[in-house]
Amino acid sequence: MSTTASEAAPAGTSTGRAAAMAVELVGVDKSFGPVHANRQVDMAIEAGTIHGIVGENGAGKSTLMKILYGFYQADSGEIRVKGAPVRIRDPRDAIAAGIGMVHQHFMLVDTFTVLENLILGAEDQFWVRRSLDQARDELIAIERDYGLEVPPDALVAELPVGLQQRVEILKILFRGAETIILDEPTAVLTPQETDELFKILRRLKAEGKTVVLITHKLQEIMAVTDAVTVMRDGAVVGRVDTAKTSREQLAEMMVGRKVLLRVEKTPAKPGAPVLSVEGLTVTDEAHQPKVLDLSLEVRAGEILGIAGVSGNGQTELIEALVGLRGFTDGEVKLKGQSILSGYQSSDPRELRHLGLGHVPEDRLRMGVVVGFDASETAILGYHDDPAYNGRLLSDRAKVVAHCEELMQAFDVRPADPLLRTGSFSGGNQQKLVLAREIQRDPALLLVGQPTRGVDIGAIEFIHRRLIEMRDAGKAILLVSAELEEILALADRIVVMHEGRIVGEMPTAEADRRKIGLLMAGITEDAA
Amino acid sequence: MGETFLLILLLIDATVRVATPLLLAAFAGMVAERSGVVDIGLEGKMLAGAFAAAAVAAVANSAWLGLGAAIVVSMSFALLHAYACVTHNGNQVVSGMAINILVAGLGPTLAVAWFGLNGITPALEGAGRFIGLNLPMSEWLAPIPLIGPVYAEVVSGHNILVYLTIAILPLVALLIYRTRFGLRLRAVGENPHAVDTAGISVAALRYRAMLLCGFLCGIAGAYLSTAHAAGFVRDMTAGKGYLALAAMIFGKWKPVPTVAACLLFAFADALQIRLQGVVLPGIGEIPVQVIQALPYALTVILLAGFVGRAVAPKASGIPYVKDK
Repeated sequence: MSTTASEAAPAGTSTGRAAAMAVELVGVDKSFGPVHANRQVDMAIEAGTIHGIVGENGAGKSTLMKILYGFYQADSGEIRVKGAPVRIRDPRDAIAAGIGMVHQHFMLVDTFTVLENLILGAEDQFWVRRSLDQARDELIAIERDYGLEVPPDALVAELPVGLQQRVEILKILFRGAETIILDEPTAVLTPQETDELFKILRRLKAEGKTVVLITHKLQEIMAVTDAVTVMRDGAVVGRVDTAKTSREQLAEMMVGRKVLLRVEKTPAKPGAPVLSVEGLTVTDEAHQPKVLDLSLEVRAGEILGIAGVSGNGQTELIEALVGLRGFTDGEVKLKGQSILSGYQSSDPRELRHLGLGHVPEDRLRMGVVVGFDASETAILGYHDDPAYNGRLLSDRAKVVAHCEELMQAFDVRPADPLLRTGSFSGGNQQKLVLAREIQRDPALLLVGQPTRGVDIGAIEFIHRRLIEMRDAGKAILLVSAELEEILALADRIVVMHEGRIVGEMPTAEADRRKIGLLMAGITEDAA
Repeated sequence: MGETFLLILLLIDATVRVATPLLLAAFAGMVAERSGVVDIGLEGKMLAGAFAAAAVAAVANSAWLGLGAAIVVSMSFALLHAYACVTHNGNQVVSGMAINILVAGLGPTLAVAWFGLNGITPALEGAGRFIGLNLPMSEWLAPIPLIGPVYAEVVSGHNILVYLTIAILPLVALLIYRTRFGLRLRAVGENPHAVDTAGISVAALRYRAMLLCGFLCGIAGAYLSTAHAAGFVRDMTAGKGYLALAAMIFGKWKPVPTVAACLLFAFADALQIRLQGVVLPGIGEIPVQVIQALPYALTVILLAGFVGRAVAPKASGIPYVKDK
């Protein structure tokens, strides 16, 4: 296997690969106003290894990597690349120093082809055509060396997410990077795509590249990395060799205390059906079907999990069920009573009064109003309840008292009802939303991505509250992009692919591989 | 027969005259929006250019110096817009509107201060104006039926700025679609984050796009006051900047459809002038105001009903802030 000569040359100068450091951070410190995001961080990443960085949300991982990529300037500290100090003021400097980054949100231009995206910023010819022709040859060479195949003339918008990610990696290799940082790369991938990615990462390592993997998923760290650095509260709490550690130990280092990774629960005792959906079809704004002839049933005292890659109709399904979106066909019954039929989208407020709670998947868009104070967010959707209203005006004192109650019950911190909602951390905002919905004691709770952007400690808490609710005989419909979460919480799992349910199984009989194939639309009975 | 033919030729001729500033402004707007900056200040920049051109041409008795002044002034306003919207992440609609209002008042005020004339500049004559050029061969081609009159009325007889515009537009399209600058320009209007992470300055790209936008608006303004008319008149742009913006949207931010849209609007305008005073059987004479409103009514109808799914550059109108 021949590495491209241009890339091998600079690497060849640093002999003794095992000891050489690709990147070192020394005493890096960064504050944003009162928030101390990175505290005296020291980190060394060995060349030719896959290095994991783990930590809860807000632990400072992303800030640190953005400093390394030149998005932010450290207040103090030093960056060394291959032992030599470098100044990285902007991404251009980072690229010149041989550092590339795959961001959580892809940095691709959707309306461009793969090749156009590849050359953007690296074109050295006045005419685009010439740069494209040059890049095409180089792309073929890189694709061959790393086994990363992507159609060069396809529009990026038309590629599946997994391939878009490959384009990002190709962009970095095209610029001749030696060190590749990936920020939460698996958040948008199916388990199979994740496996593919890991294969690519191992291949990169075999070709002598250094990979830095930022994640909060511990099983990924265990699966692919050589060494791990754990961060908490902006500081490094430790560095361990992956072979000599365990998920439990890493979790404890991340949180600073022992964490239950597995939610403890007793088998469900399903009762009467609370929600039944028959032949539901939902179309989007462009009249494209997003949910197709879908039927499901959620019983009292059980959690039904919907697994699937984001964008396969889960959002539209939930929006139709809570009355935010009309549907073209089918019937929906809540507690045996038909609540929706045909084109009309029913009134979300009425549905709430019928006993339907909703924790929206996009918290900032639908769950909270960041400019409201916490007490106002805590009554969103229930603001017309006579309990908080006088004859004409709302009763602020009662609203605040209500919020205090919720904050206490759900351990929202800081417990200040007058603080702006946007000032709470993601986890605490989510707890506030859950408190608002659960405290109403709905017969059916629809939950989308309950722990997105929520740290491990809060995840544990939220999971426990959902199980408690189930044990109290409520029905819960859970949508999550995190397969681990579905496996941990749900009693029954259905898998959605392109608007249809492609498989259903009790969680006890579920295995990751099978669900992963279903998520990718591969049904086994076809084989 | 012959008369109808001549009428059609005159209509086409008028369409070209009206379309010239529209085309320049629409392309100016296209360059700005493709880079992610919404510019409703096209109107103001054109008007400022028109005033500068007429004032300088009147004093120096040179249409070319007037054109230069128009370009400089228009580009300065473009820089002002960029400073507010790119450097300080200001609201692009507010900034554009502010420029329009400022210029609408500033032109006539300066006309009073400098020339003692109420809202106008001195009438231009001689070298102060761009006049129609008779292209070679028109005498020679004249006797040939069809080709002769078409050449004389439609191809020949325009002022130099019309021909300049016809030369510039393909160059702008080429710049946007075939060059490195164009690739980056289109990228920064779709996803500035991608451009930033690729190590290219988002602000520098948008500034350059605005300079080009100002350049084109300047020519359009000079055309209005020193070629189409013979001096500056209060509000002489008469909404052409907005019309150009509409043509650009109707043309889906793409050069060829935008040209088609501009020609359509210009044709409606040319037709409107012809229709004034025409008596319709059974209805009588249509009030001139109704006729004059035709191009604008057409704009509203087309934009409301026939645009279809116009997909604007994704980042258009959104200030670029590093972290979301």
